[in-house]
Amino acid sequence: MTTKVLAIDDSRTIRNLLRVSLESAGFEFHSACDGQEGVEVFPDVDPDVVITDINMPKMDGFGVIDSLRSGPNRTNVPILVLTTESSDDLKARARGAGATGWIVKPFDDTSLVSVLQRLTGHVS
Amino acid sequence: MSMNSIRNTFFEECEELLEALVEGLAQMEETSDDMEVINAVFRSVHSIKGGAGAFALDRLVNFAHTFETVMDKVRDRELAVDEKLMALFHRSGDQLSDLVASARDDTDLDPTAESAIIKDLEGYLGAETATEEFSFSAVTLDFDGPAAIELPDIPLEEAETTDEQANTECVFKIHFKPERTLYENGHEPLLLFDALAELGSLTVAADLNRLPSFDSFDPNDAVIAWEMELVTNKDEQSLQEVFEFVEGLCDLQISKEKASVSLPKPEALPTEPVQELQQPTPSGSAEETPIEQAPALESPKTKAIEEQKPTPAPAPAPSGAAQKESRGPKPTLRVDLDRVDRLINTVGELIINQAMISQRIEELDLPTVAHLTNELEAYKLLARDIQEGVMAIRAQPVKPLFQRMSRIVREASDATHKKAKLVTVGDSTEVDKTVIERLADPLTHMIRNAVDHGLETSDIREAAGKEPIGTIRLSAAHRSGSVFIEISDDGAGLDRERILAKAIEKNLVAPDVELSEPEIDNLLFLPGFSTAGQVSNLSGRGVGMDVVKNAVQALGGRVSITSTPGKGTTFTIVLPLTLAVMDGFVISVGDQTMVIPISSILETIRPNAKDIHVVGTDSQVVSVRGSYVPIVDVAHSLGQKGKSGEKSTGILLLVATESQDLTALRVSAIHDQRQVVIKSLESNYTAIPGVSAATILGDGKIALILDPEELIKLAHSNPLDPFSQNTRMELHHA
Repeated sequence: MTTKVLAIDDSRTIRNLLRVSLESAGFEFHSACDGQEGVEVFPDVDPDVVITDINMPKMDGFGVIDSLRSGPNRTNVPILVLTTESSDDLKARARGAGATGWIVKPFDDTSLVSVLQRLTGHVS
Repeated sequence: MSMNSIRNTFFEECEELLEALVEGLAQMEETSDDMEVINAVFRSVHSIKGGAGAFALDRLVNFAHTFETVMDKVRDRELAVDEKLMALFHRSGDQLSDLVASARDDTDLDPTAESAIIKDLEGYLGAETATEEFSFSAVTLDFDGPAAIELPDIPLEEAETTDEQANTECVFKIHFKPERTLYENGHEPLLLFDALAELGSLTVAADLNRLPSFDSFDPNDAVIAWEMELVTNKDEQSLQEVFEFVEGLCDLQISKEKASVSLPKPEALPTEPVQELQQPTPSGSAEETPIEQAPALESPKTKAIEEQKPTPAPAPAPSGAAQKESRGPKPTLRVDLDRVDRLINTVGELIINQAMISQRIEELDLPTVAHLTNELEAYKLLARDIQEGVMAIRAQPVKPLFQRMSRIVREASDATHKKAKLVTVGDSTEVDKTVIERLADPLTHMIRNAVDHGLETSDIREAAGKEPIGTIRLSAAHRSGSVFIEISDDGAGLDRERILAKAIEKNLVAPDVELSEPEIDNLLFLPGFSTAGQVSNLSGRGVGMDVVKNAVQALGGRVSITSTPGKGTTFTIVLPLTLAVMDGFVISVGDQTMVIPISSILETIRPNAKDIHVVGTDSQVVSVRGSYVPIVDVAHSLGQKGKSGEKSTGILLLVATESQDLTALRVSAIHDQRQVVIKSLESNYTAIPGVSAATILGDGKIALILDPEELIKLAHSNPLDPFSQNTRMELHHA
C-alpha cells in the first residue's frame, strides 16, 4: 500500500519540489495551496502524513493543525510543519497545537524522505 | 518534472508574487492597517524566500529575510508604518524584483543599493533580530522533533565526536511517560527510542504497572511508561533535543548518572606505536565499542584482547550500518527486585518439595508407582524450567562492570605515572545483579591496588626484561557452580619480606612468628594493613583489602591471593551463583551421602582394575584414553579412614579445575541426579574445607555439597602427596 502524503503550501515552487522528491521516493502525493483547502481535502485524501506550511492565505498552518487535531475531522496522523521559520515561539505554538515535527525550509529531500518513511512506516 | 522546470516555475511564481507584492504595497499606502493586506505582502516576500532557499539563492534569501522580518514587525503591530517606512518597502520591493531577475538570468547585480536597503531595514530591527538572520543563513537544514532522527547527517555532530568530549561516556537515566496527547499528535515512542539509540547504547524497559485489567482497558489511553538507560558521549542537551517535540505531552525526566567509560586519551599512546596494529578510531565506532578501543592504548598488545574475545571486532563498519544495529531495542520489563527474590525463594521451596514428594512416593512402594513416574518426571522438568527462568531474570553480564574498570585502570595509571592496560576475559559471564552491584567497589579498589602496588614503572619493567606496559587482567568465568573473578597483574609480585615487616611493625603478628608464604600473603587482608611505603594518591583512601574481603564474604564468597615474585599477583574472588539451587549428583562417600555439582564433572568412569596404577606408596592414577589422571579419594581427603586403597571399587568423577587440569575424584557410588537447594554452611554452622555448602535431601536429611577444587587442593596440600606438578605432567604425557 502506498503511503499518502498531503502537502499544504501556498508556494507552487515548494509544492512542485515536494512532489518531485516524494513521488520519486514512492509516496502518493497530494497537495493543497492553502490551509483551508488542505483541511477540506483531508478527509478525501485520507493521508498517512501531513506536511504543512505556516504562512498561508485563508488559513495558516496553525489553523490546519488545530482543525486536524480537534473537531469532527480529528486525526492522529503525524503533522510535520515545513517552514522557513525557526523561532522557538512558533515551534512551541505548533507543538501546542499538536504538530508532530518541524522541518525548516529549504529542506533536504533525502532527509525529508527518510523522516517520512520512518514516521509512516511505523504508523501504517 | 525536471529540476530545471521546477526552477522555471519558481521564477514564474516569483513574478506573480512580485506583482502581488507591488499591489499589496499600493494598498498599504491607502489603508496601512488592513491585516489582510499586510499578510499578503508578508507572504509574497516569504514565499520568495522559501523558494529561493530551495535553489540555494543565498543572496535573494538573505534580502527577502530582512525584508520579511521588518514586515513581520508591522504585522505584529510592533512597528507603525509611516511615510518613510512605506518608501523603504517600495525600494525593497524593487530591489527584490532586481534580485529575482538577477538570479533567474544569472547576471551580476551591483550590491551597493542592496546593502543600503538592508542597512535601512535593519535600522528597524533590534540587535537580536539581526543576529538571528545570520544564523538563518548559516543553517541549511534544521531538523528538530522527529526529524532529529536524522541528526547524524549534520556535519556539526561529526565534529563533536572527534574532540575531547567524545572520549567521555555518561549514563543517563530517562523516565518517559507519554500522555494520551502524545499519541494523538501523531508521535511514535519507537521513533524517539530510535533517535536516542543513535546517540549511544540504549536500554529500554517498559513499565506496565499501570496497565488496567482487560475489562477496564481503554485503547485510547496512554498507560505505558518507559525507563531508559543511555550510555552516550553526548550531553544532556542532545537528549533534550530528541524530546523537543513531545515536550508537554509526556512526563520526562532525564538524569545524568555518572561517567561510565572513558576512552584512552591520545597522549596515552605508547611512544613506539606499531602502525599495522593500531586500530583506527573513527568517531562512529568509538561511541559504540568503547572497550575494544581501550587496548589501542598499547598498540603492540592490541592483539591480546582480540584473541580473547569470542568475536574479534571487525573493521569499523560505516557509521550507517553500525547505527542500524543499535536500532529496535528489545522490549524489556522492569520488575521490582523484591518480587523476583520472593519468586526465587519460592522456587527453592518448590524444588525441595518436589524432591520430597518423589521420595515419599518411592517409599510407598505402590504397585502402580510406574504410572506416577512420568508425571513426576514432568514435575521435575517444570520445576527446573522455572528455576532456570528465575535465575535468568537476575543474571546480568559482567561486561558493563568490566568496562567501567578500563577507566579505573587509566585513571590509576595516570595518577601513578605507570603504564597499564586492561585485558578483560569472559565479559559475557552472567552474574547475579546484586553481586555485580556490590562487586563494583571491591573491584575498583583491587584494580587500583594492582596498578598502584602491583605494577612496576616502565623503567623497572624494561630493566627486568618485561613489556614496558603492565597488564591488568580481569576475568570472569563460571566454574563448579561458582563465579570466578580474577584480577591479576604482571607486576613484581608481592614483597613478602616487606609485608611481614609491616605486619610486625603494626603489631598485627608477633615479631618471632614463623609464617608460610600463603600466610604472609594473607596478611594483606588484615584490617589496617597498607604496604605503600608512602601514601600515594590512590592508596590514601582508608580502604584496605580487609574491606574487600568483607564485601566478598558478605556476598557468600571468598577471596584468595597468589603471587609469584617477578611474575605478578592474582586475586581470585569466588562467588556462589545467584540462586540457591544447583544441579548435583547425589553420591556416597564412605557411609555419607553427599552432593557434588554436576557443572564441575566432565565424565564419570567405572574403571577396570587394570586401568588403575599405583604410584609411590598410596597414590593412584587412572589411565583414561592414553593419559594418566591422578585419583583423589574423596573420603580420604575429607578425613574418613580406611577403604581407600581398593583399586576396583567406586566410581571416578573426572573434573577439570584451574589449578589441576584433570583429576579423578573417587566416590563410592552415584545415586541420583537432582536439583538441590543450597544452604550456606558458613551462616548456619561453620566453613568446612572441601565443602561449599549443604542441602536438604528429599528424605529431610542434610547432605554436604562438595567443592571439587578445594577437595583437590586439600589432597595436594598433603606433604606426602606424590602428585607434585612435575610428576603429574610427566604422567600426563607418558
